[in-house]
Amino acid sequence: MEQKTKLIADDGKQEILITRTFDLPVDLLFKAYTESELVEQWMGNKVLKMENQTHGSYQFETTDGQGNILFRANGSIHKVIENENITRTFEMENSGFPVQLEFLDFEPITDDKSKLTMKIVFRSVADRDNMLKLPFGQGINMAHNQLEKLISKLK
Amino acid sequence: MNLRRDVFQAIADPTRRTILLLLATQSMTAGVIASNFDTARPTVSKHLQILTECELIKQEQQGREIYYQLNADKMKEVADFLEPFRKLWDDRFNQLEQVMKSYQLKY
Repeated sequence: MEQKTKLIADDGKQEILITRTFDLPVDLLFKAYTESELVEQWMGNKVLKMENQTHGSYQFETTDGQGNILFRANGSIHKVIENENITRTFEMENSGFPVQLEFLDFEPITDDKSKLTMKIVFRSVADRDNMLKLPFGQGINMAHNQLEKLISKLK
Repeated sequence: MNLRRDVFQAIADPTRRTILLLLATQSMTAGVIASNFDTARPTVSKHLQILTECELIKQEQQGREIYYQLNADKMKEVADFLEPFRKLWDDRFNQLEQVMKSYQLKY
């Protein structure tokens, strides 16, 4: 079966491309990125700040049961065009990873299907490759485990 | 001088990925592999050298011919390499879809 989520990371480039098709109308897919409550539900993070507008900013955090911060990330929102695209930065705080630039493109396929194309540009090829290796390391893995726990609670 | 090659770089190249796909079904000589590409034979040889250095493929002498074959153990290691990152996003997006489907029902 064809995978719904695809990851392309070509040789020597400082970018990755993630694509995904959703059984959702494009406006709902877009909403999942712009409404704090919804972002919290699917990302499993607490949204500290979410100003989804041109020259806005956002901040997420994940804490464990004792209130310790496991993961915190923030970024500036460069430009938002409703139901079309979001251009923003993303930085994991205290991770040693430099900021990355994200281009999120939202496209309708049919009335109830849509596609997300996420292009992430890193500061260097080495930074990109390190980020791809990260799921084996501490940072995202911890956030990911935490996410899995949250999801299993919802089930 | 042979630089130590990064496996990640090896699989990121489209030609080398195609070579790995070709070898997935059967062992082949360099000549047969090269006949699948428009690029010059030395270019293909260079790609084979890189894949061999990374231990993604192995050479095997059969009579007068050298056959290339996949190194299954190393390939498995590599296939698993990008997978956690893809899976991370796949899981998040599955969650997004679920959240928005129930949201859609409510409104």
